[in-house]
Amino acid sequence: MKRKLTAVLAGAMLGCLSAASAQSGEIVLNSDTSDPAPKAAMQALIDGFQKAHPDVTVKWNNFDHEGYKTSIRNFLTAEPPDVAAWYAGNRMAPFVEAGLFEDVTSVWENNNLDETLKSAAASMTIDGKKWGVPYTYYQWGIYYRQDIFDELGLEVPKTWEELKAVCAKLKENDITPFTIGTKTLWPTGGWFDYMNLRTNGYEFHMDLTAGKVPYNDPRVVEVFRLWAELVEPGYYIDNHAAYDWQEAVPFFVRGAAAMYLMGNFAVDVMKNAGLKEDQLGFMQFPAITPGIPMAEDAPTDTLHIPSNAPNKADAKKFLAYLARAEVQTEMNRILGQLPVNSQSERPDDKFLAQGFEMLSNAYALAQFYDRDAPAAMAKAGMEGFQEFMVKPKNIDRILKRLEKVRARVYK
Amino acid sequence: MFPTPIARARPSVRTIYMFGLPVSLFIWLIPLLAVMLTSIRSAGDIAAGNYWGWPQGIFLVENYMAVFQNSPIAAFILNSFKVTIPTVIGAVALSCLTGFALGVYRFKANLLIFFMFVAGNFVPFQILMVPVRDLTLKMGMYDTVTGLVLFHIAFQTGFCTLFMRNFIRALPKALIEAARVEGVSELRIFWFIVLPLMRPAIAALAVLIFTFIWNDYFWATVLVQGEHAMPVTAGLYSLNGQWIASWHLVSAGSIVAALPPVAMFFLLQRHFIAGLTLGAVK
Amino acid sequence: MADSIAGKSYWHQNQRRIAPWIFLAPGVFMFAVYVIIPIFQSMEISLYDWDGIGEKTFIGIENYIELLDDEAFYTSLINNLLWLLFYMLAVPAGLFMSLFLNQTVFGIRLVKSLFFFPFVISQVVVGLVFAWFYDPTFGLLALIFKTFGFQPLAVLADERYVTYGIIFAGLWPQTAYCMILYLTGLNAVDPEQIEAGRLDGAKGWRMLWHVVLPQLRPATFIAVVVTVIGALRSFDLVSIMTDGGPYGSSRVLAYYMYEQALSEYGFRMGYGAAIAVVLFVIMMVYISGFLWSMYRQEREGR
Repeated sequence: MKRKLTAVLAGAMLGCLSAASAQSGEIVLNSDTSDPAPKAAMQALIDGFQKAHPDVTVKWNNFDHEGYKTSIRNFLTAEPPDVAAWYAGNRMAPFVEAGLFEDVTSVWENNNLDETLKSAAASMTIDGKKWGVPYTYYQWGIYYRQDIFDELGLEVPKTWEELKAVCAKLKENDITPFTIGTKTLWPTGGWFDYMNLRTNGYEFHMDLTAGKVPYNDPRVVEVFRLWAELVEPGYYIDNHAAYDWQEAVPFFVRGAAAMYLMGNFAVDVMKNAGLKEDQLGFMQFPAITPGIPMAEDAPTDTLHIPSNAPNKADAKKFLAYLARAEVQTEMNRILGQLPVNSQSERPDDKFLAQGFEMLSNAYALAQFYDRDAPAAMAKAGMEGFQEFMVKPKNIDRILKRLEKVRARVYK
Repeated sequence: MFPTPIARARPSVRTIYMFGLPVSLFIWLIPLLAVMLTSIRSAGDIAAGNYWGWPQGIFLVENYMAVFQNSPIAAFILNSFKVTIPTVIGAVALSCLTGFALGVYRFKANLLIFFMFVAGNFVPFQILMVPVRDLTLKMGMYDTVTGLVLFHIAFQTGFCTLFMRNFIRALPKALIEAARVEGVSELRIFWFIVLPLMRPAIAALAVLIFTFIWNDYFWATVLVQGEHAMPVTAGLYSLNGQWIASWHLVSAGSIVAALPPVAMFFLLQRHFIAGLTLGAVK
Repeated sequence: MADSIAGKSYWHQNQRRIAPWIFLAPGVFMFAVYVIIPIFQSMEISLYDWDGIGEKTFIGIENYIELLDDEAFYTSLINNLLWLLFYMLAVPAGLFMSLFLNQTVFGIRLVKSLFFFPFVISQVVVGLVFAWFYDPTFGLLALIFKTFGFQPLAVLADERYVTYGIIFAGLWPQTAYCMILYLTGLNAVDPEQIEAGRLDGAKGWRMLWHVVLPQLRPATFIAVVVTVIGALRSFDLVSIMTDGGPYGSSRVLAYYMYEQALSEYGFRMGYGAAIAVVLFVIMMVYISGFLWSMYRQEREGR
């Protein structure tokens, strides 16, 4: 009893240093897995790791998914955990450049990850070093109502002209072609990415998000000219700025809208809302400029070690464990997403199978507009996309504004 | 009395008033009634878009159980208490001292210091945000209840001092003068003579500060991130993100979050209004 | 007290001079550290380019120059003016509500507290409730519009209405606040003057304007002050109901500052601080007015 009291007192005194004082044998994991499936997958990862390494205990702080994006900046400097969840690509660049993430090239080399995690190696590399371990990714594309398409005799469009024809036919039948919710801005980023990837290609997307191309470049203007061909005839649901992405799903479920450009995580929500698997189809976003190789958005989720982590040795064990084939199999079975490890088994699911095939044949994989572009640019950009989707006439003003932001952000 | 008492009005006017009063109250409270009604609806009602019609059934227990079981709201509420109660004690204690000093003594800087408290109490939070966040980070209290409490105590001292000082000013000076003639020390005057007289002010401030701090959202988002220290206002907002379109849960959660200050208000209404309306009467 | 006169310590001789400073010390210290000093620190930070992690770079008044050419800043400024203007409706609305309720009928005490209710609830809850109210598919507003055969209005998704929609939600608790101020004020209105007014034949509006309102001046003063401060501080409702959207059209300075300095896409501490300084300067106009009127009262009081 007395010892316990002393321990409590010591704990209280050390309260503010708690993260720093974690003894070896304990690692602190911060993650943003607040939704049910990601939470369960993370729990499975931790449980499995504890079994494999009984000498290490894992203390898990689970954060709200949206709030995490701001809190990570604080805890990386103030009280770093040993392992932190984040994203691949440019989105991790600020932390790498500020020296807040640990170089984990040794984990990759010692565990032959260059081989097993090959597909994501490029997106984890900055300055020739690896900065984290990826464990899951998923495809983006157009989910559509198979039953509605069958009923109206519509074929899956392969080209821009065909897509517009499908839209026109749906509209004639009083069905809005696309549902979308732009209240939280990011779904607009998916649209811009695909319009841009298909019009100008992957290299242009990377140049644009890297700030090398001005926003009033004719190629960007062309993207919006084409996009307007969907916006102006009213091919998106009304009032989309009033809805979150989940709130846009009911339009799709009720059959008021027939297509939804989304990430694969949306399938779960659609099924929960009452859609049967055979009512639902998935298609690759159609080609726009003929001959441009098809690249896709496939955001990758990752774990990292903060450079000020108190217990890096055990944190590296944790990342090595995360990279294992069977671990990624199990996590992605729970997540309903694709494992990064090429030796893992994919979940048995028709959409994931389709997605995997599409991504395997993809020319290149982009992360997503708000992961490839720096945060301040992404915010201004997606706000502009939202405004464009409501008021396409404002496009000149919007692009002028974005160009001003670009000039500042990338200086 | 103004306006003319309704008892003296014509019978027709009286009838209209007696009818109009509950009707207007009903309209005024529609938002709240809607939330209450929704908090007992079934998920089926919500899915079917039956937000305003008669509910299919009463799911009071189910919904509130679900709120407590599927979310950390109990922890959020506990955090809110952990933030609110020490803040009330701290701010009231500090302002008893400052209020006494500024209300009883005459010295050169008196009005200047008093105005500093008053002006500080009105500044926009944003001008404090970055430095306060930095300070809290440097003290290692970022994302802790303690960090939030310290700031709240300091900030609320402004308003509390305004309140206490004006209250003490209105107390009869004769008591203090008499004690001084007797040779009672200043500390004892404060403790044994003035403090007992301040009880009503302390009660009023305590209730008021409790409500202010409980309902604080801005500082909770600036100084706290994780579930372990997040008060219920910020917690409710993050839950809203997870309960998209589950309005029955959002409503039930809102009611749970609003309950403590509401209970406080109804139990201690007299003090609450006395605190709030300070200065509304000459 | 038992000490002989000669042996009176320094403390005993000077305690009336020293005591106030002892009483003030803890409060002033806390307030200085957390409120007064940060104001000046913010002013300093506004001269730097700083992302919150790396080094600060001194850039002089560049942040302010950028503000002058920032559409979002002007949008926020204009919205703040709208807030100031329309939030003020809470004052007359509160007055009329208090006149309506200032009766002695059965159960009026309970009725008064129920009318006051919205003020006790967190703005987070108020924001959630009204956001749902305005929902263009299921909200009560949409329902009312549909009943009368109109196309529902997506208040929070339309740049023309969004700020008014949020202000309206804010008026609900603020009116309750003003109401309670006036109810207390009405309680203290001198009945003799009212009777005198009645004898002079003053009734209704004339009575209100010439006899009652002048006596309610302290209440009006406080109501205006808290409403102005509330309008300039408006943050919670904007954050809860729209996050400043659609495409930034409902931003106010308080929210824009937070967005620039601390949100997911922000972390421009210097720029945020510059916005805060502008907001502070605007607020200072009102605070100075308040202090000036207090100063006059103090002098009269002596």
